[in-house]
Amino acid sequence: MTLLEKPARPEPEQEPEPAPVPAPASAPSPARPRQRRTTAWLSTTGLLAGLLLLIPVAAATGAYHVPLGDVLASIQHRLGIGGGELDRVAESVLWNVRFPRIVLALLVGASLGCAGALMQGVFGNPLAEPGVIGVSSGAAVGAVAAIALGLNFAGNWTVPVLAFVTGLVTVLLVYVMSRSGGRTEVVTLILTGIAVNAFAGALIGLFLFFADTAAVNQITFWQLGSLSQATWPKVLAVLPCAVLGLAVAPLYARRLDLLALGERPARHLGVDVERLRIVLVLVIALLTAAAVSVSGVVGFVGLVVPHLLRMAAGPGHRFLLPGSALLGALVLLAADLTARTVAEPAELPLGVLTALIGSPFFFWLLRRTRRKQGGWA
Amino acid sequence: MIRLRRRPVPPPAPQPGDVLAEAAGLSVRLGAREVLTGVDVAVRAGELLALVGPNGAGKSTLLSVLAADLPPTSGTVRIHGRPASAWSAPELALRRSVLPQSASLSFPFTVEEVVRMGRAPWASARPEEDDAAVAGAMAATEVTGFAARPFSALSGGERARVALARVLAQQAPLLMLDEPTAALDLRHQELVLRLCRERARAGDAVVVVLHDLGLAAAYATRVAVLRAGGVAADGPPDEVFSERLLSEVYEQPVEVLPHPRTGAVLVLPDRDVRGG
Repeated sequence: MTLLEKPARPEPEQEPEPAPVPAPASAPSPARPRQRRTTAWLSTTGLLAGLLLLIPVAAATGAYHVPLGDVLASIQHRLGIGGGELDRVAESVLWNVRFPRIVLALLVGASLGCAGALMQGVFGNPLAEPGVIGVSSGAAVGAVAAIALGLNFAGNWTVPVLAFVTGLVTVLLVYVMSRSGGRTEVVTLILTGIAVNAFAGALIGLFLFFADTAAVNQITFWQLGSLSQATWPKVLAVLPCAVLGLAVAPLYARRLDLLALGERPARHLGVDVERLRIVLVLVIALLTAAAVSVSGVVGFVGLVVPHLLRMAAGPGHRFLLPGSALLGALVLLAADLTARTVAEPAELPLGVLTALIGSPFFFWLLRRTRRKQGGWA
Repeated sequence: MIRLRRRPVPPPAPQPGDVLAEAAGLSVRLGAREVLTGVDVAVRAGELLALVGPNGAGKSTLLSVLAADLPPTSGTVRIHGRPASAWSAPELALRRSVLPQSASLSFPFTVEEVVRMGRAPWASARPEEDDAAVAGAMAATEVTGFAARPFSALSGGERARVALARVLAQQAPLLMLDEPTAALDLRHQELVLRLCRERARAGDAVVVVLHDLGLAAAYATRVAVLRAGGVAADGPPDEVFSERLLSEVYEQPVEVLPHPRTGAVLVLPDRDVRGG
């Protein structure tokens, strides 16, 4: 109960400046929240502009260079608004190789960013992230099982479906194991993540052991988190999961804000907490499954992206959820572009790249959280 | 599934004396411990009811049950005349607001954003009313001065007032406050109880868990003294607060005397008995 809750240690005592003259009841709200709203709009516009800029650049760049003007002309042509068709090789490179890859990067990035923001909201903990707490690994178990056992019961959708099922089981497991008294302690959450990651790793190892050589190669490559095998059918395979998750998430933004007060206060304000939890856990599993079934475990995007946005535009979920999807898409597109160009003609695995940048950030975040709490209990 | 349910309708303004929350034959068992046994309490509109009693007497548990947070093991709880479990969460949010004992927040929302969360049950039907309610609640609790600061940067007493402002902004006709004065200085303790009394005079029903018997005597219209999970006494403070009862309930000699100037009831621990 509330008695057991350790009240967060207050910052060094600051004398409250008692406002001697209470503002009249009609005084407009102070400037800061309005500023935040402006920041949110500016950030959204900036993110959209960034995407519109980066997409053609990513399409133009690569082993086979297509001039930027040609890329735009080809897009215009396909949309039936002028432009012109390129030669056969360029058209094929653009529309059979680059664009499916770009779309996939956008979908995976948006899913990871949004899943991270949702998860932090549901757990009430800024360190929750699909990769860190083991949900990505859990989803990976399903995907690996599908590849290793050569399952094909749902055609193209077999891998995402299995990833969703095992991912869902994992979120539920982590949720039940890491909560006590309506709260999630950071330490419990991270330790639960370690346990879940270890168990999932063991299961994946087991599947690898029994799989044949071709499947092993496929799984190993997929585990490193690469988008290099992108095709339109693959895009189609994850599209339903990702789009459904991304569309549903913002509907729960206000209720997630209230959940920051704690479960009971949220219920006092009219939130049906149990239902909210069930729906959001489903959405998290959908988004994680979408991301994982394409590109293996791409870590830390769901951690870094919402955190940056919270620092820029405040913690309100009405901006944070769509914003994290946009920034996640942008970050992953940029990361994939780097991964395939920085060591040409070889290709750096995407998961390696995001972990290289994301792990130090996670470390910094841990230190900061620890300082704020005055050490782990 | 998402927006199919109709928006809940706010309740009509209560008439003075209407019973807004009521427990009858209430028993609550938490684990192996019988926390409340056979409790009967009614909370009426226009009345400030103080729940007092020693630690572990069941005050907070009684408040949780009256707020429909906790289902009773036996007995009935009615809120606005209907069984507590018959209301949906959004309907309850328009009928009662609750101030928890300690306020926490997972993300660095600003003070004004936190107070505005209290308007959530009204679903933003009338934004001007929301603005007015938020500004009014912040002014009443004297938190307007740091409206733009993040909640996490406030001291304990400031947080407590912000939490109270959120509860006031909710504008429910039944207020339930669990130790609202615990973290506050002298001036703000008085301020909070004055606010509670104003709300009661304006026709709301207010239930407050208090430790300070002096505050309870000065502000409450009615006091329920809890002891070991039962109601030891229930009535106006000047009738209920007798030296015998309080000394017995708190297992500590207590003096009750009239204020030399105003004649109001003063409750003091009798410090002469020990150590003198």
